[in-house]
Amino acid sequence: MMALDHIDTFHFDVVIVGAGGAGLRAALQLSQSSQRVAVVSKVFPTRSHTVAAQGGINAALGNVTEDNWHWHMYDTIKGSDYLGDQDAIEFMCREASEIVRELEHFGVPFSRTDQGKIYQRPFGGQSRNFGESQATRTCAAADRTGHAILQTLYQQNIQAGTTFFNEYFAIDLVKDDRQRIAGMVVMNMQTGEYQLIRAHAVMMATGGACQLFKTNTNAKINTGDGLAMVARAGLPLQDMEFWQFHPTGVANKGMLLSEAARGEGGVLRNGLGEAFMVKYAPHVKDLASRDVVARAIAIEVKEGRGCGPDKDHVLLDLTHLDTEMIKQRLPGIRDLALTFAGLDMCTDAIPVYPTAHYMMGGIPTNFKGQVLTLDDKGESIPVSGLYAVGECACVSVHGANRLGGNSLLDIVVFGRAAAQEIDRVLQTQKPSDFFDQPLDLSLIAARLQKWENQSATEVKDPTGVIKSDLQTAMQEGCGVFRNVDSMQTLLAELDPIQQRIDQAVLSDHSRAFNLDRIEALELENLMTLAYATVHSAVLREESRGAHSRIDFTERDDVNWLKHSLYFIENHQVRYKPVTLTALTVEGFKPKPRVY
Amino acid sequence: MRFSIYRYNPETDEQPYYQDYELDDALIGNEMMLLGALEKLREQDPGLTFRSSCGEGVCGSDGMNVNGENKLSCITKVSELTQPVVIRPMPGLPVIRDLVIDMTLFYEHYHTVEPYLKPTPAGVSIDLDHELLQSPEDRAKLDGSYECILCGCCSTSCPSFWWNPDKFHGPAALLAARRFVVDSRDITTRERLESLDDPYKTFRCRNIQNCTASCPKGLKPSQAIQQLKSLMLEKQVD
Repeated sequence: MMALDHIDTFHFDVVIVGAGGAGLRAALQLSQSSQRVAVVSKVFPTRSHTVAAQGGINAALGNVTEDNWHWHMYDTIKGSDYLGDQDAIEFMCREASEIVRELEHFGVPFSRTDQGKIYQRPFGGQSRNFGESQATRTCAAADRTGHAILQTLYQQNIQAGTTFFNEYFAIDLVKDDRQRIAGMVVMNMQTGEYQLIRAHAVMMATGGACQLFKTNTNAKINTGDGLAMVARAGLPLQDMEFWQFHPTGVANKGMLLSEAARGEGGVLRNGLGEAFMVKYAPHVKDLASRDVVARAIAIEVKEGRGCGPDKDHVLLDLTHLDTEMIKQRLPGIRDLALTFAGLDMCTDAIPVYPTAHYMMGGIPTNFKGQVLTLDDKGESIPVSGLYAVGECACVSVHGANRLGGNSLLDIVVFGRAAAQEIDRVLQTQKPSDFFDQPLDLSLIAARLQKWENQSATEVKDPTGVIKSDLQTAMQEGCGVFRNVDSMQTLLAELDPIQQRIDQAVLSDHSRAFNLDRIEALELENLMTLAYATVHSAVLREESRGAHSRIDFTERDDVNWLKHSLYFIENHQVRYKPVTLTALTVEGFKPKPRVY
Repeated sequence: MRFSIYRYNPETDEQPYYQDYELDDALIGNEMMLLGALEKLREQDPGLTFRSSCGEGVCGSDGMNVNGENKLSCITKVSELTQPVVIRPMPGLPVIRDLVIDMTLFYEHYHTVEPYLKPTPAGVSIDLDHELLQSPEDRAKLDGSYECILCGCCSTSCPSFWWNPDKFHGPAALLAARRFVVDSRDITTRERLESLDDPYKTFRCRNIQNCTASCPKGLKPSQAIQQLKSLMLEKQVD
């Protein structure tokens, strides 16, 4: 029997799981505040998926056209289909300009205007004067903005002396006998050893989980580990029915072609050559919100106006644009299209189709990054010692649909804010006997023991096949469009998949860098998220943002202007209200969403 | 399609060896990338071990030596490789398991060149109310180095790095050094050049240019190192 009683133990003030933009921004803040911080990452930090963000980060700097944070706030709330919490959205939009300038001082190589200021480009769903005309708000480093920000934040952490546990896989949260969060068990991937990191505060910054779907823009590592750990600890996951399908993934492959392609003037065309977005968003056309554009593409294809021999995609056309501009502003996606579609976007239109891209839901938090749960009376209360930031968190600033350029903003704003909150709390609450409390690791040991079963002579159902079946089922049952039948069918498929996972065994039982074991643990995490998604989605009988139901086509503010909270126990779904009041300005009342 | 892949499991193997694999051509087609083929081979043999993540050439996880050249498997088309495809870990650093190498030394050199912007004198805080201005021309000087993804293809193909991995910074770290030397916002250019001016750190570069040939992002570390050397000369003249 696996025993974790005598495992190596490390002690830190704060342990952060995940070294993407959110985790690194938080780590930097804490290191600079002289907190002892450990960052646990299953990949070397600069390989985190923030690296793949392309188009940019929103801030109302007004470097190209007049702008202000209040307009940004309005656009974000409208984009969220009014499911975003307005206090958090105001906070994010107000912080944006300063935090982008801070990134610039940290060294991010932003592209520049002729005046030497940070270059900004138009993006979808952003406006001036509360919907009046297109804004130019997305600050960009060519089309490698995520890469530039991630590397810069890692570099700042080198200078600040942050401790990294690179290629360590986080297994589960640990609570003490008073049920306080006390740290976590991790696996050193290079040696296969399990270790315990005890800390006064634990922060989840594990990013997204679009590996849940067959076709996605996400890295292999995006398996929602942080969410599953929190769910297993008995805490809720919020708004898991809302997954963003990015309109322009390379057709049948999924690689992301940034919204910047349309921001710089690219147009979507159907099989008849029509620039069809004018039918769906007469005012802003190709720069409507992502949910609107993704649905439009899916409808064009469904109604027989797709492109190619199978009429299964549309075209992203930049051929009318200046070739030099494309090479200068969009070099990364031009490369991607050359590599994966064999086409040069300077001369050829690129086949695209909506692709799973971003998780709006996640671990519920307030705008200080504190993880929230419900008390017995159904009121929101913070969980002491536990924080979550970035895509794995649901603050919620994105509500039912995220605007392009708001995710890089989310990670740095809330990474910093949560770290400031932790620092504030730890200034006064760092009990000296905290690390003396005994910890019970038996549940974690039992979970790990399951994968030690070496009795099988032959592996009949490898975890890789189970994962692939799960991805296919999720894509078919809970894709761009859903209805009660597709989701009930999917729900009926999940239990058999769970049983296959329960019975699965590993083929490889070595300790050193055992991918088979890591992928099995990731699959367990994805499965938790699949249940959370489908149970939340089937109950929500309306269409809002990215949750588009064929059987309930309208938004229903009377019954559904509320957040879903999924608990793993009995797959229970509870609800809490959306915050419609802002911090210093008047909240925006829900109204019909037209672009 | 035939593959011959370097195998080493520290728990069971005294010596590394090559294992042959076969993949049905019908599975491969014209478009499959090498990473896709390796994933198919893992279905046959889940113990086959290599790093990967983004699958689109931007995270730098999956550098490996393919038919003698360092490449990222996710952007290398299988149909363009000759058989048998011989795959080894990138050379010059210790092997952890199969194609997974220990890149600690590589990262240490990167850390040593202080790859972070120093826009203000020590102790002076930054002014968050204003951007540091940079002309498009000055910003263009960063092109060709900020795009580095730290995959290690360059440094592990460099004979000078193989001979002196502890003393010679290697092309990736020097490319990073150059990125901060030429950044108009950095005020420590002279100090940076002085610390690089060393017979080993920079001057072990013999202009072999394997780095430039192997860079999957089309960057030119070799040229960047030559530029650093020229800047050091200019500094001595003035």
